[in-house]
Amino acid sequence: MTIAHDSFSAHGQHSNPDVPLEYSLEEGALRIFGFWLFLATDLVLFACLFATYVILQDNTAGGPTEMQLFNVPSFTAETLILLTSSFTGGLGTYAMHKGSRRALITWMIITVLLGLSFIGLEVKEFVTYATHGAPLQRSAFLSAFFTLVGTHGAHVSLGILWMLSIIYQLARRGITPITARKVFIVGLYWHFLDIVWVFIFTVVYLNGVMS
Amino acid sequence: MSIFLPHFPATFIITGDPLIYGAEVSIVLATVGILFVLTYFKKWGWLWREWLTTVDHKKIGIMYLIASLLMFFRGGVDALLMRTQLIRPNMHFLQAEHYNQIFTTHGTIMILFMAMPFIFAMFNIAVPLQIGARDVAFPYLNAVSFWLFFLAAMLFNLSFVIGGSPDAGWVSYPPLAGLEFDRGPGENFYLLSLQITGIGSMATGINFMATILKMRAPGMTLMRMPLFSWSVLASSILIIFAFPALTVALALLLIDRLAGAHFFTMFQGGNPMMYINLFWIWGHPEVYIVILPAFGIFSEVVSTFSGKRIFGYSSMVASLMTISVISYVLWVHHFFTMGAGPGVNSFFAVATMCVGIPTGVKVFNWLFTMYRGRIRLTVPMLWAIAFIPIFAIGGATGVMLAAAPADYQYHNSFFLIAHFHQVLIGGTVFGMLAGMYYWWPKMFGYMLNERLGRWAFWLFNIGFYITFLPQYLLGLMGMTRRMYTYPADMGWNTLNLISTIGAYIMGIGFIVLVLDVVYSMFYGERDVTGDPWNGRTLEWSLPSPAPHYNFARIPTVTSRDAWWTSKQARARGDAPAKLEPLQPIHMPKSSGRPFILSVIFFIGGFGLVFNWYALGFLALLGVLISLLLRSLEYDTDYYVPIEEVEHTEAALGRA
Amino acid sequence: MSLHPSRASNTASGSLWMYIVGFILSIVLTLAALWLALARQFSTEVLLTAILILAILQIGVQMFFFMHITESPKPQFNLWILGLGMFFTFVVISGSIWIMSFGGGQGY
Repeated sequence: MTIAHDSFSAHGQHSNPDVPLEYSLEEGALRIFGFWLFLATDLVLFACLFATYVILQDNTAGGPTEMQLFNVPSFTAETLILLTSSFTGGLGTYAMHKGSRRALITWMIITVLLGLSFIGLEVKEFVTYATHGAPLQRSAFLSAFFTLVGTHGAHVSLGILWMLSIIYQLARRGITPITARKVFIVGLYWHFLDIVWVFIFTVVYLNGVMS
Repeated sequence: MSIFLPHFPATFIITGDPLIYGAEVSIVLATVGILFVLTYFKKWGWLWREWLTTVDHKKIGIMYLIASLLMFFRGGVDALLMRTQLIRPNMHFLQAEHYNQIFTTHGTIMILFMAMPFIFAMFNIAVPLQIGARDVAFPYLNAVSFWLFFLAAMLFNLSFVIGGSPDAGWVSYPPLAGLEFDRGPGENFYLLSLQITGIGSMATGINFMATILKMRAPGMTLMRMPLFSWSVLASSILIIFAFPALTVALALLLIDRLAGAHFFTMFQGGNPMMYINLFWIWGHPEVYIVILPAFGIFSEVVSTFSGKRIFGYSSMVASLMTISVISYVLWVHHFFTMGAGPGVNSFFAVATMCVGIPTGVKVFNWLFTMYRGRIRLTVPMLWAIAFIPIFAIGGATGVMLAAAPADYQYHNSFFLIAHFHQVLIGGTVFGMLAGMYYWWPKMFGYMLNERLGRWAFWLFNIGFYITFLPQYLLGLMGMTRRMYTYPADMGWNTLNLISTIGAYIMGIGFIVLVLDVVYSMFYGERDVTGDPWNGRTLEWSLPSPAPHYNFARIPTVTSRDAWWTSKQARARGDAPAKLEPLQPIHMPKSSGRPFILSVIFFIGGFGLVFNWYALGFLALLGVLISLLLRSLEYDTDYYVPIEEVEHTEAALGRA
Repeated sequence: MSLHPSRASNTASGSLWMYIVGFILSIVLTLAALWLALARQFSTEVLLTAILILAILQIGVQMFFFMHITESPKPQFNLWILGLGMFFTFVVISGSIWIMSFGGGQGY
């Protein structure tokens, strides 16, 4: 199937209730596909950071190790908060498909607040390490840890800003094929980040406190 | 040191050598000259409207082409400087440090700032036209890709004058490239400019994958798509999965240098080999990224100028895809000698040899296409035919290098240098030049001059053999790469002399090429039909140059070589398909933001080179604001009214 | 040309069910991994394999239940791309571990 001819009339297929709103314009399907391609690049980016972490994780140079640093309640809380935010983001998409702007915005705000809590906990964790003799400059392990987890945190922070911009656009324009596409795409981004976090939780934190 | 105050390194503006002074003066004069001409002829508005803000893939392609030719000049000058230094033993034309900077910039420019933009030029010029589309999937992103590349190239080139060029080789291995051994800003220029252009490249990969997979004309199934577009798809798959590895390698080294981390340092647990591992995870696919489009161009050129459809289309597609996937698991062959263990080396050696098989399939298919064809020796065809023996030799030496134990002798000798220049020049450069000559009329509406083109071709081709064949022997005789001079009693003198003469012949060939371009601008034969080569694919159904919306009516495709089929039907006297009524055409609006965004990246990159974090932070804010403005922008498209389409088509002599 | 997505269930309540099931499964998998890691009743290799399997399962859960991965319009090139991406991810990580595992392997 190809999508090359453009329709002069922009209503596309959204009069068809079986097609989700975000796919109802050809442009929407194209942008969503393009975003999957971007996620594939981000996947490989994180893969390289994970590879680096795994290889350098034992190079603690006589400094603090994972067992000494990682705090089980803290990283468990971060994990459950982010997972819940992924769920609430999904509930937002569900509300969008039901056409309810108010519910969508509400769920997105909750998602943003959960995301901010996640970032808050992570910043606290980083500052604690950095001020207790475990900054990124101490050892290869710490350089790799801060970079892998910090890159994820930077992605989440960007996602929060992005969601705020979309909440603003929803408030002004309501749910349209275009805003629906934007919500869907930021949702994909947010779920992807939770998936990356599952691996960080497993490979960095659980592995770290395990031995 | 306060991170908010600028910290000037000792040699901010580079001085010292007459050559350097001369170059700096020329740069200043050229810049002033350009600014003067633009102002005198009152062309700033035109420049902004027509070029700096365009999102039209055809114009973006032209800009990529011009940039790559300019960079080819600089990289070529670097090559001639090196070869001049090596013409005789114990020369002191260049000091060792300069030589290091020159081989670094030569490699970096040729791969990242000449080959990549050259292939992107071909992507942009040909793919949407070949698949019957009106633009790429994401035109705004396409402009962002170009300007990021362009400003990154400017940042890299700036290092020559301000701060000093990088000097740790185009691969920039730590610990040599780390803070302990390389304090100067040159290395930071390298890391930041490559990072910026890498973002642009990744975006191009995404753009063309989406374009090819989702925007083909009705009836053009993937197996009816021209082989050049297939090669772009294969190359784009590699781009999107390989460039993130480069992003990470460069970023980690930058964090080491800027923040004092220990990824690749020699103490505190760092592991320099990890950089090499990450770098080549990108680096190997990179060379396939630049060769696959050349293969695609050769398929188009060979079939057009043999007057036959390509032999073995399906196996050509399969081999492109196979090469693409296999090339991702070869990277250790770039560091067999780093001691990764026999199992690792064996696996990667065998895998490397395997990748020659699908490539061989392609070579045979080109030969079979030519067999019993009606060959026309136009300039593109000359480049294509010359590619075949060069690439065969280059591939064979590649298999020699792939044998890991043997590679312990060849690694980093001139044998290696000869091999990779053989495949990169004979493959990528010849391919891009063939493509440039082939698609030039479609871009500009006139042909490049055949006679000058032949002269350029023969000089460059013969010069190539004279330059690089002796280098195989030099490598076997023990001469290693990156040595700025050599003793007189090694027996290397004659071969080096011959090689340098060959390099000068290639240089003259390049000058003739430039002359061809300039001459043809004034006297080139006009292309009035849009199909000067009797082509086979859809781009030749359009006028030359194509109107900004490409197709007034999107064609419906029923076979491979769609345009050829159409011409055959007309020649047979088949009734022409009924012309559908024209519709208003949906087109994207131009935007100045890609250019401005890239300037912001340039400023931020420049700041970080000198550890001026304030500037870096401001640039980050600028980028975020730019993204936000784009997100809030809803008025991004417009419709070309039917009357304008009719008028344009009539003016171009089409119904 | 069809933009009809392929979906398990088209009804709105169907998709709400998907989010809830996905969420619960994810929590179960997360807590299971946590418990295994903290209980310290197994050898490191077994444990590592177990938590990695749990992670991979959770990825699958999230991709299917949250990301609507099977719902894009056909042809579903995004599945091919993701598959290729996962293959390359595997190559990069396992390849790097294998390549870098020589030279003593000790941390320092």
